[in-house]
Amino acid sequence: MRRVLSIWLWRLAMDRWRLAQGLAEGEQADAAPTALVAETARGVRIAAANAAGLAAGAIPGTMLADARTLCPSLATAPSDPAGDLAFLEKLALWAQRWGPWSALDAPDGLIVDVTGVAHLFGGEEALLADVRAALAQRRLAARLAIAPTAGAAWALAHYGRDGGILPPPSSLRAGMPRSNPERDGGSPGSPQGFAPRDDEIERQLFHLPVAALRLDDDVLLVLRRLGLKRLGDLTGVARDALARRFRNRRAPAANPLIRMDQLLGRVPEPSLPVIEVSAPLVQRRLMEPIRHRQLLDRVVMDLAQDMARVLEGRGLGARRLELGLWRVDGEVATRRLELAAPSRDPGHISGLFGRHLDDVDAGFGIEVVRLRSLWSESVALSQGDIEAAAEHHGTSLAAFIDRLVARLGPRAVRRPVLRASHVPERAQGWAAVLEAENSSQEIFEFHLRPLKLLDSPEAIAVLYASPDGLPRRFRWRGEVHEIVRAEGPERIAPEWWRERSSVRLRDYYRIEDHEGRRYWIYRDGIAGDGRGGDSVGRAPDWFLQGLWG
Amino acid sequence: MSHFTDSPAASPGNSASLAQAQAWRPGPDLTGPASSNVGHGEVFASAREGAGAAFALALAQDRLRAGAPGPLAASVRDWPDQRMWLWVQDKEALRRTGRPYRPGLPRILRHRLIHVAAASAEDALFALEEGLRCRELAFVIGEIAGNPKALSFTAHRRLSLAAQRHGVPLWLVRLDAARDLSSARMRWQAQAALSAPPRWNRQAPGAPRWRAELFRSRGHPPGEWLLGEEEGKLVAHTLPAPNTPLGERAIA
Repeated sequence: MRRVLSIWLWRLAMDRWRLAQGLAEGEQADAAPTALVAETARGVRIAAANAAGLAAGAIPGTMLADARTLCPSLATAPSDPAGDLAFLEKLALWAQRWGPWSALDAPDGLIVDVTGVAHLFGGEEALLADVRAALAQRRLAARLAIAPTAGAAWALAHYGRDGGILPPPSSLRAGMPRSNPERDGGSPGSPQGFAPRDDEIERQLFHLPVAALRLDDDVLLVLRRLGLKRLGDLTGVARDALARRFRNRRAPAANPLIRMDQLLGRVPEPSLPVIEVSAPLVQRRLMEPIRHRQLLDRVVMDLAQDMARVLEGRGLGARRLELGLWRVDGEVATRRLELAAPSRDPGHISGLFGRHLDDVDAGFGIEVVRLRSLWSESVALSQGDIEAAAEHHGTSLAAFIDRLVARLGPRAVRRPVLRASHVPERAQGWAAVLEAENSSQEIFEFHLRPLKLLDSPEAIAVLYASPDGLPRRFRWRGEVHEIVRAEGPERIAPEWWRERSSVRLRDYYRIEDHEGRRYWIYRDGIAGDGRGGDSVGRAPDWFLQGLWG
Repeated sequence: MSHFTDSPAASPGNSASLAQAQAWRPGPDLTGPASSNVGHGEVFASAREGAGAAFALALAQDRLRAGAPGPLAASVRDWPDQRMWLWVQDKEALRRTGRPYRPGLPRILRHRLIHVAAASAEDALFALEEGLRCRELAFVIGEIAGNPKALSFTAHRRLSLAAQRHGVPLWLVRLDAARDLSSARMRWQAQAALSAPPRWNRQAPGAPRWRAELFRSRGHPPGEWLLGEEEGKLVAHTLPAPNTPLGERAIA
């Protein structure tokens, strides 16, 4: 039977603020009414308040302006939910001192699995006392509970008696040491399994409000309207009736029956454990500060080999690497590198860093060099030596991309991808080469498109136009072209949901001139469309946008 | 190859061995010596038209098709070919003729393009050489405008050797460039020609055709053809009028 410890840090935000200010509770600034405020879409609201603030009427969730009318002297500080979460993550790792496995219960709680560890602390009561002492030492207010399921522990911590311990169901308790004999009230005749009529569970849980089921607010409202206020009320109603009432609710937080089953351990409730991951790091302290490039290359190669050993031991390959160079005079230079595919090949890594080390100023010398793999991915097979293999069999695509990106930059090496737009220049975007392509609608084959598109359409001067409006002779880049054949127009309207109302439609023509050169030209707008320069609509301009083969 | 006999194969400047060699034709090159099969071609073209890159792409596709196994071939391991291909442009080439446009590329090549926009000719040559050394590329196309200093004979030689060593073919498009020294195995001068009239709309431009002059090649006598893609194959026609001026023939 599992035993789960739930820790509710019910004043986490205020406690963190107090710790940051270095205050004890009720001391100096904390003695005055103070609130942490958050900017929301509907103005500034109070996120948390200290004891004096709560007493003065600053209730979390109210508007700051409303609270100020009640308590004009209310002091404010910005709230920091992201910081709270980061703090909670660290605390979750720290809480693994009481159990092998802990999980976040955002925004302000922790779940620790303490199955089979209570005897190390001298029983569950002593375990709770230890937790309480350790948290008090860190000046964190907490409510604790231990129960057979995470749901029950959460309910007890939030709505039950502080420090409540729910014993395992009687059927499973027979062979277990009784940590708390005087509170064990399981009757021998109670039903088998995790039966809800186990009277200890009944006594401790069934008088709790339905909010202890971790339900959404609207579900709580429905339950209150139905007159179901306590957990015991839910078992009083026929299960069929409730199941019918909530038959469309699949999410646990919206269905009280699923929550009730989780609380009683009838259905499992998986949660995500917190695991500490450390970035692989290797470093070299140098006896003599180095000032020359060849020596530095040598050290980088040594580090890359160390890193390859570390990564190989963990079955990983580096995606992003950071090289830190500490100089004798206190300056630090860092160089970052990103690889297209995970790799731990020392020659490849040191070769890529070599291009980035040209501009490093060694000053009086470099004494410490450190290489960290900030982002690693698993690589199952061991790689051979890329450089040696490249001489005989050529490089792989990923290594080729890495070399190009290292010298030319990521914006120079790209791949055309399709975008959802019918305006020609917007129909094509550019993406990194090895990235997976987003799915897109295929190109219409009856829309003929040129081989190349100019980055910006170039204006052409129409010298002579036929009566239907198509130019017969035009000048582009200082040379006259005579149009022999043409097809069009293909009318492409502007994207009104994206562009200003003055953007004009385009009539595209495929043309071929007297020498057989094929171009894609368009007329920007039509005469009298009321768009363009003024309200009447300028005479349309002609542009050349694409070249055919 | 009777209809090629009127091409200027036996012009007085060529040696006797060249005169006996077979004229170039599209498709698998089975007749020429092994050295001519190295995929390093050079296409001179004007930057006012897209003919250079389009002709290089047509040659590349022709070579890919020639390498494809027939329907009864045993080895279909690498077919359909899904390898990426590389298109390198230097800054000037990109400004003059624009970027590749995916909807306008040949259907089988569209989704496999890696495009490199190099800031200078040096960077473009670096990218080309790295591309030739990559075993997972189908072919490499480079576009360099003018005659930059970096594109010396040594640079050409490096590209030839890399292409020969790793078997990745290269077509280098030279925009508005003079015919300088080069080690390319086949050197072409390409320009757009009037397209074949399409079947339904005679007023519309049709499938592209190019007038291409092979002015320097190892293994083939020089010649000039009207080339175009018909039914998915590159087809060469002799020029409609044999008296058409061929342009100045360089000895390079």
